[in-house]
Amino acid sequence: MDDLPVDSVLVRRLCDRDESAFALVLDRWSGGMHRLARSYVSTEESAAEVVQETWLAVIEGIDHFEGRSSLRTWIYRILTNTAKRRGVREHRMIPSDEVQDTGSGEPTVDPRRFQSAGDPFPGHWWEAPAVWPAPESGVLGQEVRELLLAALAELPERQRIVIALRDAEGWPAEEVCELLGITAANQRVLLHRARAFVRGKLEKYYTQEATS
Amino acid sequence: MNELECRQVVEQVTAYLERALTPAEEQAFVDHLADCDGCDRYLDQIRRTAQALEALPADALTAESRAALLETFRTRPS
Ligand SMILES: [Zn+2]
Repeated sequence: MDDLPVDSVLVRRLCDRDESAFALVLDRWSGGMHRLARSYVSTEESAAEVVQETWLAVIEGIDHFEGRSSLRTWIYRILTNTAKRRGVREHRMIPSDEVQDTGSGEPTVDPRRFQSAGDPFPGHWWEAPAVWPAPESGVLGQEVRELLLAALAELPERQRIVIALRDAEGWPAEEVCELLGITAANQRVLLHRARAFVRGKLEKYYTQEATS
Repeated sequence: MNELECRQVVEQVTAYLERALTPAEEQAFVDHLADCDGCDRYLDQIRRTAQALEALPADALTAESRAALLETFRTRPS
């Protein structure tokens, strides 16, 4: 993919009502925005409306954008706020202040899978994780896709944002830290917990599939 | 020598993938993986989890909403 112009150029063109610049960001970012929005709300239609609403707010507010964050971070902040409001309205989510991210000291893998003191190899696997079927190349099956979306929706909000932006969208860690106002170490913990959770869901799915 | 346990290794996978371990920690991690199929597979599955998320479809705007947004952008007074 070609690089977008640097922010200063992009923002100036947007403020100058340069339609081609707007089309550029619209086409580049809407897909990822939809994907993140989808984890907040219950339907594709609803996610599409969140994206639409976000872009309208961007058009409305671009003249006041001060460049204290990157343009993309600013837009995603509007997106997550919009998606959250709608998720709450759809009773899909609890406002995030009420959701505690699970403690970072908690193990991310069920401790029962490891041997205890007194067993032959304390701290080691009783049984290695089961082998997963070979990856389907590129395209995800419908079931796996739904499972992933459901797993994302179950995550505490910050974990969901971190894993969606890092793994689904390929954002660099620094930009995610900026969006959420968190440290690199904190970002890593959130990503780690989120990946372990989603891996667990995939594991359950693949092992059930193998035995059914 | 300070041997890592599997239950510690599984908590280090993201730090490893993010290159956030110290050189000594990274060495211990890699050494453990070389001897432990369970942890090697666990790391691989974490990678596959990230790849699966990357493969989630990202729906583009419909032609109508794209056109509507461009129209709004165009006609908005400066
Ligand atoms: Zn191990």
